[in-house]
Amino acid sequence: MLYRETGQFKPTYQADQAIFPIAQDRWFITAVLAVAFLVVPLLIDDYWANAIFLPFLAYALAAIGLNILTGYCGQVSLGTGGFMAVGAFSAFKLMTAFPDLNFIIVVILAGGVTALVGVLFGLPSLRIKGFYLAVATLAAQFFLVWLFNKVGWFINYNATGQVTAPPVEFFGVLIIGPEATPPARYLFCLAFVAVFALAAKNIVRGRIGRSWMAIRDMDIAAELIGIRPLEAKLSAFAVSSFYVGMAGALYFAVWLGAAEPGEAFGIEQSFFVLFIIIVGGLGSILGSFLGAAFMVLMPILLKNFMVNGIGVEVVTAKHVEITTMGILIVFFLIVEPHGLARLWQITKEKLRLWPFPH
Amino acid sequence: MHENKPIGDVMLSVDNISLSFGGVHALENISFNIREHEIRAIIGPNGAGKSSMLNVINGFYHPQEGTITYKGQTRKQMKPHEAARTGIARTFQNIALFKGMSTLDNIMTGRNTMMKKGVFWQALHLGPALNEELEHREFVENIIDFLEIEHIRKTPVGRLPYGLQKRVELGRALAAQPELLLLDEPMAGMNLEEKEDMCRFILDVNDEFGTTIALIEHDMGVVMDISDRVVVLDYGKKIGDGTPDEVRANQDVIDAYLGVSH
Repeated sequence: MLYRETGQFKPTYQADQAIFPIAQDRWFITAVLAVAFLVVPLLIDDYWANAIFLPFLAYALAAIGLNILTGYCGQVSLGTGGFMAVGAFSAFKLMTAFPDLNFIIVVILAGGVTALVGVLFGLPSLRIKGFYLAVATLAAQFFLVWLFNKVGWFINYNATGQVTAPPVEFFGVLIIGPEATPPARYLFCLAFVAVFALAAKNIVRGRIGRSWMAIRDMDIAAELIGIRPLEAKLSAFAVSSFYVGMAGALYFAVWLGAAEPGEAFGIEQSFFVLFIIIVGGLGSILGSFLGAAFMVLMPILLKNFMVNGIGVEVVTAKHVEITTMGILIVFFLIVEPHGLARLWQITKEKLRLWPFPH
Repeated sequence: MHENKPIGDVMLSVDNISLSFGGVHALENISFNIREHEIRAIIGPNGAGKSSMLNVINGFYHPQEGTITYKGQTRKQMKPHEAARTGIARTFQNIALFKGMSTLDNIMTGRNTMMKKGVFWQALHLGPALNEELEHREFVENIIDFLEIEHIRKTPVGRLPYGLQKRVELGRALAAQPELLLLDEPMAGMNLEEKEDMCRFILDVNDEFGTTIALIEHDMGVVMDISDRVVVLDYGKKIGDGTPDEVRANQDVIDAYLGVSH
């Protein structure tokens, strides 16, 4: 009843191709952003920042990156963890080599370095597809983590094998380091993710996004209408890795603060981000956020319910949590292979007709 | 029929094309030409090499022998995306649409090669990139209007019925503003009404835009009605070439279609 597009006419093509063409959607997203930017910073404490909001934002950005490659361009990748490591270590090297460099530039440069590495590891995609490409990107995952473990230069020859992000000020406010306040860290990440999510949406609805989707849906036809597979696939690898690299930089510097390559960027990370986009929805920017929220929140809710709610032991709760997550993922694949984003869309379509569905 | 755009000079000529896959000779020593603004049909029984011929013209197959001269330029082989950039567009026998995308996006993709703005402007979706997008959107809307598919503009093409999918595919080919349009069985699997619609669109495209059309079709009624000249292939060899009336009277063609007693 409240959700109708009746009477909302689009006099221009520009209005017609807006991201949220229906007014109610625009109000809703404005409200969500207002809460995220104005209300959450007032309430956030260390626990909420470290357990929920910072991982959510970092993983959402990584999921957007992987979604560009896998969801939009159809190239399966299992190298996300490795590419996040490239972003994190680039950021670390930049932060220690140029302590005065603005952190925004550090993150963007880290993304740029990752984009170059991504293009390099994307070259096999010109020849191989599907599972075989997944295996090739798996090689990237193991090679990159091995490289950061082996070559001391990347960790500034630190004896512990660990890297720690130095404290960083952003226009006078500390955003990285033990002294940084939760609202500052959260707001920096939120602003960053919001801006780049919008940029990703703009790219996927324009010329470049269409050429990716064309390659995904029917590569031969795409080539016959003039899309160069080389250009489309490598640009997908570049943009995707750019996002994953930036996510890696935020993940390491703002969220964790300290990291050890094998542990923080292992193959589990690759799978975790892949699960996010499968649960959230392949080929959907919104789905990347929904999936990240689901995958970050669900274990916490399950644990709280079991430990505090029904008094299960912590160790048992951990096992049940892992099993339940697995079951939920399988359940999602069967019930709604297009993920939470598709469920959201179906709900909206139903809502348009409610309460008179016929 | 062609009051506005009379049939002109030779636009494309294929000379002595031979194509084989291992021991299978798909095309043997085929030569024919296509003139500007004409509708040229390629017919023949199943397996005659018609689709292979189209694939050779737009660079998807590389013939072992022979040359193709298109708009004065002779070539032995080229890449499909290069053919697209020189003004050759095509549709497919088995629909090759981008199933996950809407009708609008599918047709917009047909104009991708004409859009130039880089990733930074695209990411901002402002200024030049936005203007470019809107300009091409307007062109695409004209095609949507022309093909009478306004109502399915935002529908993912995977959900459309077969006849409409064929129409969207024609739209995508037209979006590139081709000079030469290759249609591979545009009317296969359609009912009479859909066929009539499609014929009307093909004739209108030819008449209004002056697009040269080469089409493969099995419905002889359609072929004899709309085409200016017909080339007949059988087992990879050319057995007839000429106006519909000439071809209809050609003994080899009759034998190929009806069979002949030895």
